[in-house]
Amino acid sequence: MVATQETIDKVKEVSSTYKYGFVTDLEAEKAPLGLSEDIVKFISHKKKEPRWLLEWRLKAYKKWLSMEAPNWAMVDFPKINFQDIYYYSAPKTKPKLNSLDEVDPELLRTYEKLGIPIKEQEVLAGVAVDYVFDSVSVATTFREKLAKEGIIFCPISEAVQTHPDLVQKYIGSVIPISDNYYAALNSAVFTDGSFVYIPKGVKCPMELSTYFRINEQNSGQFERTLIIAEDDTYVSYLEGCTAPQRDENQLHAAVVELVAMNNAEIKYSTVQNWYPGDKDGNGGIYNFVTKRGNCIGKKSKISWTQVETGSAITWKYPSCVLKGDDSVGEFYSVAVANNAQQADTGTKMIHIGKNTKSTIISKGISAGKAQNTYRGQVQIQKNAKGSRNFTQCDSLLIGDKCGAHTVPYINQFTPHARVEHEATTSKISEDQLFYCLQRGLDTEQATSLIVNGFCKEVMKELPMEFAVEAQKLIGISLEGSVG
Amino acid sequence: MGNLNYLTNIGRKMPLLEIKNAKLKLDNKDILKGLSLSVNRGEVHAIMGPNGSGKSTLSYMLAGRDGYELASGEVFLEGQSLSDMEADERARSGLFLAFQYPVELPGVGGMSFLREAVNSRRKFLGEEELDHLAFVKEARKVASKMFVKDEMLKRAVNVGFSGGEKKRFEILQMAMLKPKVSILDETDSGLDVDALKIVSDGVNAQRNDENAIVVITHYQRLLDYIVPDFVHILSDGNIIKSGGPELALEVEKNGYAGLINAA
Repeated sequence: MVATQETIDKVKEVSSTYKYGFVTDLEAEKAPLGLSEDIVKFISHKKKEPRWLLEWRLKAYKKWLSMEAPNWAMVDFPKINFQDIYYYSAPKTKPKLNSLDEVDPELLRTYEKLGIPIKEQEVLAGVAVDYVFDSVSVATTFREKLAKEGIIFCPISEAVQTHPDLVQKYIGSVIPISDNYYAALNSAVFTDGSFVYIPKGVKCPMELSTYFRINEQNSGQFERTLIIAEDDTYVSYLEGCTAPQRDENQLHAAVVELVAMNNAEIKYSTVQNWYPGDKDGNGGIYNFVTKRGNCIGKKSKISWTQVETGSAITWKYPSCVLKGDDSVGEFYSVAVANNAQQADTGTKMIHIGKNTKSTIISKGISAGKAQNTYRGQVQIQKNAKGSRNFTQCDSLLIGDKCGAHTVPYINQFTPHARVEHEATTSKISEDQLFYCLQRGLDTEQATSLIVNGFCKEVMKELPMEFAVEAQKLIGISLEGSVG
Repeated sequence: MGNLNYLTNIGRKMPLLEIKNAKLKLDNKDILKGLSLSVNRGEVHAIMGPNGSGKSTLSYMLAGRDGYELASGEVFLEGQSLSDMEADERARSGLFLAFQYPVELPGVGGMSFLREAVNSRRKFLGEEELDHLAFVKEARKVASKMFVKDEMLKRAVNVGFSGGEKKRFEILQMAMLKPKVSILDETDSGLDVDALKIVSDGVNAQRNDENAIVVITHYQRLLDYIVPDFVHILSDGNIIKSGGPELALEVEKNGYAGLINAA
């Protein structure tokens, strides 16, 4: 009994110190290691969030505690210790370098191959130069132009302060906190991300890119993005960057929610090139993302285009819920996995409204000893009469140690709908390689050309400014995989 | 200066393509058995032979395809040994192979493929790479001479092409790349008379004093259109007889058997 009392006292003492120390340390730059209710409160406090958001976060945290990490994906990695992660640190400034001479030559070689202009290279590598400020002023000009149209494009933490009603109404409306393990985690601890609001009748006059979003420097590993397109609108959003991105955070669990009202169209394009780790997969990023769009309105349309070349593990299924009659969902994907990379990606198309249409074009490329899985679900609900889906999944294998897997789920609850699924698996043939070599192309050029040919249907969906770089990126990702 | 002229003259007299005692095995079977051949600038040589005589092996060996390395002997392109050169280096150095069965490249546009190929060669030659507009203009000009329509250049390389289209596209590539030595492997196969004439005209238009063409064929009929300076009969991995264009007519008349038995 005595011992027990002692223990209780000890615990009380420790926890009160902890709590106390914690409060006094509220001005700290970094939250202590690990995750607890206090950490969630800390983040919310740091961001000066309204009460409702804190409560929402806490609810998500409690939900997360009751959930199990999913294990159905075809990926293999050691169990993540969620108490060994920092969940909040004040925006860091990258170490400033004086010139490109100080940058890792390997990184510069890649920039050069991607054809990134010197000025942009310096910005990306964090060289302290004057025109970094130019890019900020470009961004400011952008925002002014958008503001004139009534478009809101800002960090979501800023929107929480300036447009709390909109954020409260829509956050979690597409992906509820209980949706899945990583979405719950993100809801509890998200740090920042983008917020876009397109008011009724406005066609966004330019591609919105995270590149031009100021204060974006460090959105952290739990990014949260929310895009709302009101009636009769159009917006195209570009996420990511072809330049290789390194991050000390291994786990990335982002959430992206899209909402499209009547006759609204959202085009969301991603180029993902997070660090894939070394040849054996050590040190690469785990990219566990939840992305979903709600086509609420009639004749609304959401289109996902993704080029995924990075990360050690990708676990990602950008989806569309087609509620509005005549709404359209599209998913165009290229996933490249080389060396020890593992990708399990695909989409869900949930047809609820009448005459809804969806198209899925997935191109998976596996090389080295990588495993690449397409996992998709097409669901046609009872009232979705006249709905149509077309799915095409093509896999390309390079070498004989990699794998391609296709796991399509089709649930059709009405006979008045049409679902088509096509799948192919092919290899780069020796004949194709030899033909290209005989025309003077080297092995890497030839591989890049053949693989880009294979992906063409998807690449043409990318906005022009992304497409050229993405093509080069695919070539670079596969370097050394042939011959 | 005199010295330089002397060197240049040696360079000019040197054969463009020289095969010396080439021996090659496939699956432990002797396919080429000490073949030698010398081809000079401005010459067109025809190599004729029955099925299984080693014709396609010879063309793959010259082009440097993996698995077709010589067991002994050597090949020189303008005096430079090819033995240490990969297929792409040989191609950039000016060796071109028109394929018997051109390969499909799904999704790879004809125009971009041509441009990559031409720019690889130009880079090797130290010439400036052509930008998109300049290239398209040049390609269209050459293509129209070959009766290759713009529309065909927009399609994926060889995908859904007819036999004639495939061969025309091969010769278009030859015209764009301006190789020193072109090897035409059974270019007549799968062509009707009209297509054969178009392709032959395309080849003939490229004959000049600086390059050389080696036509590999089973049938004499192609040689009515592309008239060779020399004809060689290939049998069982060796050239058993060489002569002028009249030799091809002899094959046409008596078949290979007579020649092979006589040799």
